[in-house]
Amino acid sequence: MKEKEPLIRLTRRQNMAKSKIWLIRLGALVFAIILGGLVFIIAGANPLTAYGTILSGSLGKVTGVRQVVKTAVPLLGTALALAPCFAMKFWNIGAEGQITMGALAATFFALNMANSMPSPILLIVMGIASIIFGAMWAAIPAIFKANWGTNETLFTLMMNYIAIGIVGWLQGGPWEGKPGSQIIPMFEKTAVLPKVLGVHIGWIIVLLITIFMYIYMSKTKHGYEIKVLGESENTARYAGMNVRKVTIRTACLSGGIAGLVGFMVASGANQTLYSDVAGGVGFTAITVTWLAQLNPFAMVAISLMLAVLSKGASSIQTTLGVPASISDIITGIILLCMLGCEFFINYKMIFRGKEHHEEALPLVTKPEIKGEEAAK
Amino acid sequence: MSETTHAVEFKGITKRFGSNVANDSVDLYLDRGVIMSLLGENGSGKTTLMNMLAGIYFPDEGEILIDGKPVTIKSPKDAFDNKIGMIHQHFKLVDVFTAAENIVLGLKEEGKLDRKAISAKVHEIGERYGFEIDPDKKIYEMSVSEKQTVEIIKVLYRGADILILDEPTAVLTPQETSKLFKILRAMRDDGKSIILITHKLNEVMEISDVVAVLRKGKYIGAVKTAETSEKELTEMMVGHKVSLNIERPDPVDPKPRLTVAGLTVKDTEGMTKLDDVGFIAYGGEILGIAGIAGSGQKELLESIAGLRHISKGSIIYTPEGKNPAELVGKTPMEIKDAGVALAFVPEDRLGMGLVGGMGMTGNMMLRSWNKGKGIFVDTKGPEKLAEQVLVNLDVKTPGIDYPVRKLSGGNVQKVLVGREIAQSPSVLMSAYAVRGLDIHTSFTIYNMMTEEKMKGVAVIFVGEDLDVLLELCDKILVLCGGKVSGLVDARKSTKEEIGLLMTKLGGKEAN
Repeated sequence: MKEKEPLIRLTRRQNMAKSKIWLIRLGALVFAIILGGLVFIIAGANPLTAYGTILSGSLGKVTGVRQVVKTAVPLLGTALALAPCFAMKFWNIGAEGQITMGALAATFFALNMANSMPSPILLIVMGIASIIFGAMWAAIPAIFKANWGTNETLFTLMMNYIAIGIVGWLQGGPWEGKPGSQIIPMFEKTAVLPKVLGVHIGWIIVLLITIFMYIYMSKTKHGYEIKVLGESENTARYAGMNVRKVTIRTACLSGGIAGLVGFMVASGANQTLYSDVAGGVGFTAITVTWLAQLNPFAMVAISLMLAVLSKGASSIQTTLGVPASISDIITGIILLCMLGCEFFINYKMIFRGKEHHEEALPLVTKPEIKGEEAAK
Repeated sequence: MSETTHAVEFKGITKRFGSNVANDSVDLYLDRGVIMSLLGENGSGKTTLMNMLAGIYFPDEGEILIDGKPVTIKSPKDAFDNKIGMIHQHFKLVDVFTAAENIVLGLKEEGKLDRKAISAKVHEIGERYGFEIDPDKKIYEMSVSEKQTVEIIKVLYRGADILILDEPTAVLTPQETSKLFKILRAMRDDGKSIILITHKLNEVMEISDVVAVLRKGKYIGAVKTAETSEKELTEMMVGHKVSLNIERPDPVDPKPRLTVAGLTVKDTEGMTKLDDVGFIAYGGEILGIAGIAGSGQKELLESIAGLRHISKGSIIYTPEGKNPAELVGKTPMEIKDAGVALAFVPEDRLGMGLVGGMGMTGNMMLRSWNKGKGIFVDTKGPEKLAEQVLVNLDVKTPGIDYPVRKLSGGNVQKVLVGREIAQSPSVLMSAYAVRGLDIHTSFTIYNMMTEEKMKGVAVIFVGEDLDVLLELCDKILVLCGGKVSGLVDARKSTKEEIGLLMTKLGGKEAN
């Protein structure tokens, strides 16, 4: 009979040791790097040299490190902004627009109030304005969802285009610097974030947000409400939580942080505003949040890693003549492997005739895999 | 019946789920023309064993023989090819299709769909075994019992000789149950082999020829029903002598606690779920609520807890020594803040009462998260409560922070009931509080309900086992189609009387 059993069976694993789980994840990362090496070979470069160039190009010099940190700041900040939304299963993919609106609000004060107040106060006003605008941009879809059950995924996505469109209009219209330039003038010195260790102070702000987000999600009533609501709306109502309020409040928090990121990018990195201020960070941050499995500290490491890859990519382009976009391919491979390895953490595959000592499920579609209690 | 070959034989069947052994080298056989009850507590591996016969799981070790020949059953289709049919507890029917359409669904027959021929064959099967069925009736127009009939005919139509029924009577009234049993007997006399998964002892005694008992995944033995007793079977199931008595002390000084009047509730689609429901729940009494599944039990409890929009009616709550308060229109939080202690064990354990991804501590917090000033949640109190429930109710979990989703159904229920009773409520509502619990724990829960009653709590107990309702409760309210069809004294009423009230409106008409 055994030779007729299914070729591959899946068994669910239970209680795998923490160390083994991390070993599997590390293995997936190594596997992804090897796969990435194949991509380099196809592109005509020696993988070892290529990876070496990525590392030396990004972390080899102080300026490189500064560049990496500068790239990682908005990525980390936005990933942190998305964390509470994702924990609540509110699929906010509108960070792009929230960043843009935050940057817009900050720019308004930078352009109009630069000479009427001292720099620290101006910067604080810009920060607060960016938080309010980012929060507002996230609140609109949240209010619609909470009251009329609209789909937040589409809604937040559409809000991105509106935000980008508004900035595009300002750029060529009311806020245009030299007529016909389509460019908003550079900020005055008073409206630019100061530098600490060669990088704008935003990196300290996002590290503070990291700690805040960790405490907020794991120790506060708000964090508890978010987690319960994410598991089941019915349970949240049963526990007496105000689902509408929690939804809107959490979206505001998320949008507010994204807005602050917009302020940091505009005032710290770019020192001006243009419609591509978010530059895809709002989407890449989704990857960071997922890879970190909503853990704020893991987000720090992952956003740094992605920053290294993207900075290193420009050096391989100049030194090896390999297109920089290859780093996007490698990022994609890493993401795929990291998410894919979760399957091996949850399940074990048994090949025909190998082992018969654990739960086996034939590969037929079964809606839910529970124990024998499933009948209840 | 052949001397040496059995219709079905399990030889050394073992099935493991991770480290948990669901079936441990089970040897079991069944002959043609026999009704066998497969008896065992929850988690004893009954359903797992049958799922292997039905092609849903594949055994790790051992083999299955049909008519003496070893077979490989990898999928439900293989099971059909071996003339095995399983009727699951949750029906798998397409609502907008007719009975006949559902019956032929998935069959690969040549040529056009010949509705006349199908209807004729369905009729023929019906006449043979005594089913009453209209092949052209749509599923959504059917009662639960009719749907079950369709499921049974579906497997007979495919030529099944071995039928497995998973808790078929759980959703039926006593009258429908006896109808089903008549049909099962007719099928047995026709030479079919029938396996019933159940844990209702009285039904086991009534219907089956042979009883096979599983305990903790191991096969304990099979006995002829005629040669055994309920007491012996219980001992086989539990593994030691048990005394199963529900104590029912007389109520002491009952006072009206909840006065429900003219309660009308509609669901989001505008369907009336509760229609002019009225009753009084007294402190110091257990009010049982009986009814076929989906008669409005869930809606009633949720309305009292403030989770439903109420179209009409009032719910007056009279706390001990305080002024009466109207609950209609208040949010769950306001009901709690008004000093109304409603402990509520919902029907849908993981969907509403608990957070599956959190551990016991996180789930204890569901009731206390909002307590205390400041922005931080208190974890110390819930932790202590979790430890307490763990010990008192003997919850089996690797730790208080182990996700409750991964616990067995019985343990999940213990966590929920333990938490609700710890609220020291003045009204304790529970829906199917013992669903999924083993006999021992069930009785622990019954006794807890009685303890609460003796403390002066108004207990509202929605149950499905009429025997238990009759033994545990003081009064029983019967719901039928969202209306109150009767209120009886549990000490004087009978199962048949309640059964009639469950299906017919207005107690007077029942006869």
